[in-house]
Amino acid sequence: MKGLLGRKLGMTQIFNTLGESVPVTVIEAGPCYVVQVRTPDHEGYSAIQLGFDAVKRATRLTRGERGHLGLLKTDDKHPKRRELPTEVPPVKHLREIRVKAEESYTEGQKLTANVFTMGEHVDVIGTSKGKGFAGHMKRHGFHGGPRTHGQSDRQRTSGSIAAGTTPGKIHKGKHMAGHMGMDRVTAQNLQIVLVDAERNLIGVRGPVPGATGCLVMIQETRKK
Amino acid sequence: MNVMDTLIPKKAERPRMAPGDTVRVHTLIVEGDRERVQVFQGTVIRIRKGNAQANFTVRRVASHGVGVERTFLLYSPRIEKIEVMRSAQTRRAQLYYLRDLQGKAARLRERVTQTTKE
Repeated sequence: MKGLLGRKLGMTQIFNTLGESVPVTVIEAGPCYVVQVRTPDHEGYSAIQLGFDAVKRATRLTRGERGHLGLLKTDDKHPKRRELPTEVPPVKHLREIRVKAEESYTEGQKLTANVFTMGEHVDVIGTSKGKGFAGHMKRHGFHGGPRTHGQSDRQRTSGSIAAGTTPGKIHKGKHMAGHMGMDRVTAQNLQIVLVDAERNLIGVRGPVPGATGCLVMIQETRKK
Repeated sequence: MNVMDTLIPKKAERPRMAPGDTVRVHTLIVEGDRERVQVFQGTVIRIRKGNAQANFTVRRVASHGVGVERTFLLYSPRIEKIEVMRSAQTRRAQLYYLRDLQGKAARLRERVTQTTKE
C-alpha cells in the first residue's frame, strides 16, 4: 500500500494527451517522511507513520513531538526521545498508513510525489467542509413540506418522525437535523492525471473532500 | 494559487483577440485514427478569461441564415492556430445582440480601427 500526505491546493482543469479538458484537484503531496515503521513483531501489525508539512522552527512543536521525530539533543532525557537513522524536518502532521509486511521502508525515508504514477487510481481521504448545525433537508436530502395548498411554516420541516403508541419510541439512528460536515470522507478510485515530482504536485481527476489548504491523505485505491 | 496557474502550458501563443474580431480557428479533428484540421471562421462574440478555463465564442452565419456558435477553450491543444482576419470597433464586451440581427444589420459592423502600435 502506497500512500502520501498532502495539502489540497484547489481545483482547475488541464488537458490530457488527447487534448480533452479534465477537471483536476491539485494536491501538494510531499515531501513526506517515514517517521516510524510499525512491525508485526513490535506493534503487532505493519504500517508506516508519515509526517508532512515542516514548520519553520522545531520549537513550534511540543517537546513530545520533537522527541518522537528525533529532534531533541542526544543527552535529553525526555521519555519520548528517540533517534532516526536519517534526520527528519519538524513536521506538523503525522498519519499512519497500513502497508504490507514485505514492503520495506526505513525510518527517516523521504517520499515524494513520484510514489504514484500517471493513470493510477487512488483513494483520497480528507475532512469535509463543516456545515454547522444543518436541517434535515440539507443533511439528509429530505424534501421538506408542501409549499402550497394552504400550508404555512412547513417548508423545511421533516414531517413525522415515527408512528404512535406502537412502537412508542423514535428509532435509533433516525435521520434528523444536527451537525454536518467535518467528517472523514474518502473519495474512492480517483485517477491520477498529473504528477510533478519536482514540485511535489499530484493531480487527481474530480473533486476531493475538504476545503482548499486542508490536509489530505492519498492512498492506493481499495477498489479494483 | 500561483502553482495552479502554471499547470497549463501556454505553449501555443495565442494572438490578441477582441470581441468583434473576425477569426479563423484551426481545430484538430480526430476521425477514427485520422487527424485533420478544420477551420471555423466567424466573429468573436465573447471572450472569457481565466487561465485554464479561458474560452471564447465564435459566431458565424451558415447557409440559410442559420447562426452557428462555437465555444473554444483558448489554450486547448486541439486548436492549432487562430488567425485574426479583421478587427472591429465594438461598444460592448459581449456581442449577444448580433444573434437578433440579420444580414446587413448584423454584418455592417463598426469598421476596422487599426491601432498601429505593435
